[in-house]
Amino acid sequence: MAKYLLLKHYRGGPARVVDFDPIDRWTPTEIDAHVQYMNDWAAKLEGTGEYVDGQALSPEGTFVRYDGEGRPPVTDGPFAETKDLIAGWMVIDVETYERALELAGELSAAPGPDGKPIYEWLEIRPFLTAPPTITE
Amino acid sequence: MNETLLRELIPAVTGVLVRRGADFATAEDAVQEALIRALATWPKNPPADPKGWLITVAWRKFLDTTRTESSRHAREALVAAGPPPGPADDTADTLQLYFLCAHPSLTPASAVALTLRAVGGLTTRQIAEAYLVPEATMAQRISRAKRTVSGVRLDEPGDLATVLRVLYLVFNEGYSGEVDLADEAIRLTRQVTSMTDDEEASGLLALMLLHHARRAARTTPNGGLVPLAEQDRSRWDTALIAEGVAILQADLARDRLGEYQAQAAIAALHADAQTAEETDWVQIVEWYDELDRLTDNPVVRLNRAVAVGEADGAQAGLAALEQVDPVVPRRTAVEAYLRERSGEIALAARLYGDAARAATNLAERDHLTRQAARLHSVLRD
Repeated sequence: MAKYLLLKHYRGGPARVVDFDPIDRWTPTEIDAHVQYMNDWAAKLEGTGEYVDGQALSPEGTFVRYDGEGRPPVTDGPFAETKDLIAGWMVIDVETYERALELAGELSAAPGPDGKPIYEWLEIRPFLTAPPTITE
Repeated sequence: MNETLLRELIPAVTGVLVRRGADFATAEDAVQEALIRALATWPKNPPADPKGWLITVAWRKFLDTTRTESSRHAREALVAAGPPPGPADDTADTLQLYFLCAHPSLTPASAVALTLRAVGGLTTRQIAEAYLVPEATMAQRISRAKRTVSGVRLDEPGDLATVLRVLYLVFNEGYSGEVDLADEAIRLTRQVTSMTDDEEASGLLALMLLHHARRAARTTPNGGLVPLAEQDRSRWDTALIAEGVAILQADLARDRLGEYQAQAAIAALHADAQTAEETDWVQIVEWYDELDRLTDNPVVRLNRAVAVGEADGAQAGLAALEQVDPVVPRRTAVEAYLRERSGEIALAARLYGDAARAATNLAERDHLTRQAARLHSVLRD
């Protein structure tokens, strides 16, 4: 089995395939349907034994760094218009890369305005594993 | 009674329930519940007859389940069937469970999970921890696996090769949490070996022992990888090596070579060298040729190229590497190593960097990154 991270972006990634309003302009029913679709997808994966984790992130992010011995960390931001903004992630544990693509494709079909799929780009990243014992 | 001894009883207990008429899936669930209760209560109240205790508790759980799930009539029929007919044969039962848990209809990951639970006697939580997934996910994976094999008759002839493949995966992959998967794989492979008289089963056991012997020398205290050539060989476990070599010699004498025996032979030749320089690479290349003939695996050809590089020089190794498909994982790392040995330092440094970026595990990536850094600093001086 291999674990993959599916990253959902608010912004960033390849150009959108269909244009749609930001989610806060959708109708409440459309938002509910979108959220329900993702919950159903996660529930299905729990049932198949492939689900590991899913979390949503607040869009409000701040950069922070070390600023020398004895000094408090320095912060910068939040920035309203960063190019890449991560909305959340799902972690799956699947038999093959092809299966990971298949599942990501399903998640990307989540409905948007008028209940139509938003063809959302998802970023898929493999986890690094533990090293195998036998290599020679 | 320690936990390993408790685990050893699990497949036989499931076998008793099945012989009394329980279906495998329900029996296995009942035994898992009895196991969890044993883990909780035995430390304070150890039973006089551990196996009898497990059978009683599991059977009661099984009856409770069928009481709620099926008709009273079916339950009465089961109870009326009473104790199993004929003498109990734990060995035959246990071997059949191995076959069922590694049934070819299961995916490798499902077979691993089911084997660890139904034969290994691990709890779902322990298996989930070893493979870094939530317990609920692992529980689903196991119950789906049981549904997949629900139509398989327990007395069907099984395929030992798939059982060995599953045990190899348990040994080779997974994180060790509460339960040490390498120890567990060795324990189960010993059991299969004792039940089957098959030279590939014992060949796999020899392979595991010979690699397990290097465990202490294989990693730095903070988890970094130590390559074979740089390992402190005084830290290899000589008792495990002696046992592995003895098992392998007995296997090879039977003259029915298979891939695990060939892999074990390679490990034994490494174990035999007091220093990396004394390694008999010519013989190792010959074993890779055997392995290539047995498996047709591109990873074997990749490792063969490394051995050829050691036996006949870097140029010969690079020539052997040309026959390896470029998409084979770790090929770039091998080329980097051979390029360095042939004096192409700048190219080797670049290839080590490429290999690090393509690495699929963290320890290997860190090792390759350090190799690239080492060569880049040589180039600067």
